[in-house]
Amino acid sequence: MTDIVDARGLVREYRMGEEIVHALRGVSLTVSEGEYVAIVGPSGCGKSTLLNLLGVIDRPQSGELSIAGERVDRLNDARATEFRLRRIGFVFQRFYLMQALTARENVELPLAEAGMAGTERRDRALELLDYVGLRKRERHRPSQLSGGEQQRVAIARALANRPALLLADEPTGELDARTGAEMIALFDRLNADGTTIVVVTHDEDLARAAKRVVHMRDGEIVA
Amino acid sequence: MIITLALASLVRHRARTVLAILGVAVSAAMLLDMVMLSSGMRESFRGLLLSQGFQLRLSPKGTLPFDTEATIRSADSIVALIRARPTVEAVSPVLGGQLHFPLAESMANATALGVEPAVQGDYELVEGRHPSAENELVANDALLRALGRSVGDTIRAAAGYDPQLRTLSGQRVLRIVGRVRFIYLALEQRAAALPIGTLRAMNGPTSIDRASLAMVRLRPGADVEQERTALERQLRTVTVISTAAALKQVDERLSYFRQLAVILGAVSLVVGFLLVTTLVTVSVNERLGEISVMRAIGVRRWRVVAQILLESTVIMIVAAPLGLALGLVTARWLNSILARFPGLPERIDFFLFQPSAAWTALGLLALSGILAGVYPSWRGASLPIASTLRQEAVG
Repeated sequence: MTDIVDARGLVREYRMGEEIVHALRGVSLTVSEGEYVAIVGPSGCGKSTLLNLLGVIDRPQSGELSIAGERVDRLNDARATEFRLRRIGFVFQRFYLMQALTARENVELPLAEAGMAGTERRDRALELLDYVGLRKRERHRPSQLSGGEQQRVAIARALANRPALLLADEPTGELDARTGAEMIALFDRLNADGTTIVVVTHDEDLARAAKRVVHMRDGEIVA
Repeated sequence: MIITLALASLVRHRARTVLAILGVAVSAAMLLDMVMLSSGMRESFRGLLLSQGFQLRLSPKGTLPFDTEATIRSADSIVALIRARPTVEAVSPVLGGQLHFPLAESMANATALGVEPAVQGDYELVEGRHPSAENELVANDALLRALGRSVGDTIRAAAGYDPQLRTLSGQRVLRIVGRVRFIYLALEQRAAALPIGTLRAMNGPTSIDRASLAMVRLRPGADVEQERTALERQLRTVTVISTAAALKQVDERLSYFRQLAVILGAVSLVVGFLLVTTLVTVSVNERLGEISVMRAIGVRRWRVVAQILLESTVIMIVAAPLGLALGLVTARWLNSILARFPGLPERIDFFLFQPSAAWTALGLLALSGILAGVYPSWRGASLPIASTLRQEAVG
């Protein structure tokens, strides 16, 4: 099976005042197409940093990273942006929907950025909202949606341009248990439908739902 | 979608946006007023000087018209000589002086202009007719009020008055045949015009064949500068000044106004600029997470820049018409105050509205609106996505 993620020896350090924080100490990871991987570990172990590198919103100091067969560890800003737009889907703990836009417009945002024409864009957004069960809420703004509904819209937005890799950072972190369970079921369905997923989580139920669990500690993968 | 997001961020904090728009409108009003002030008086003088179609003015050598009490000698022969030139359409000699009107218990004084009524360019007739006979005059409202007279009345006038001996010289009884508005004199200045021969005769021997000024109207197509040079070469006792040169003199004398206007205009522009920069920067700071997420999901940097620039430009564009309207109202108000300055011609406007002034002000506002968005948009677009999201998550 094709590797969607091929990370080798990723190192990422931050300077905090005088101190250097070794967030990642030579992490290597491969994720195959169609896999569902959960990255778990204590706070500060480097799992979000790894997710940021996989999402090409940050760059490693050293190491090599290929996503969907393309080297992404040294892309300039414009190419990295283009790569994220077309190949990566992001889901955040706090949903981060545009409050001024309706649910449908939020989903349309990356489609518009990718240059998709109006009618086609609208149809695709409605198709995605239908997929996450929010077709009837297309005209609602985020403030009119529950947390679970907002996260579903965020997932629909992440899937808009048919990404090679869906990344989720604590996607159930702001949801109650019941809604979290619904979200886990949605991720299961996404994966069953062929989406490659890497999720960073503290949620044991979510981690259990993943097909593979990667444990991190002190900037390294330990299991 | 970028437009929706830009407008939404302005609407999200309505009160703040409205206050910013009002602030910018005030600074826009000031900017327009200053642009109008910087060119208003000059254009107003220009209109005044050109209103009667005289392009050249002759005054005694080394002086400006009516700048001194000096007069041109042999004025009649000079006027005749100029009239003989084929390029000249009309010559209007003017003799300045004073008239004293003895009233029952006081004396009313007035500026007197001796003119040739057929070619004069100093007043506009409001009522009655031009003075055609020797002992006729026309007067403005200020003088008629002071005299308590109206068109058709007669009045005793003198060209000279000795206050110590309380004696009058050069007395005549004159008939008021017209009510006029003097073009170059202040509204409140009492003034009368009468045939130049009459004023000379009233003044006595010192005024014979004298004129304070002669205005020359050239035929269409004549080269003004060429005529000016030719006349000055031909007439050694006079200075010939063209309207362009007179405007240059006006420009020099009004440089204060222009400098003041430019400085105050620049200050108001900077105030508006800082206001918008501050507002948009605050707005961007409140949306760091949102902007970072946009960047994370693939929104291009230039779109973020465009969105923020749009916000600042919208504020300026909405504020601009408000500011222009406010500027016109305040300009009218200030003009009415400044027009009461003693000695200014009635038709002089300090704030002259010209479409070019409005366009200049609008252009400067639009430019400053775009520039005002540069810093916040640069800040928004250059955010490190990962660390900003981390901070937002922690916050």
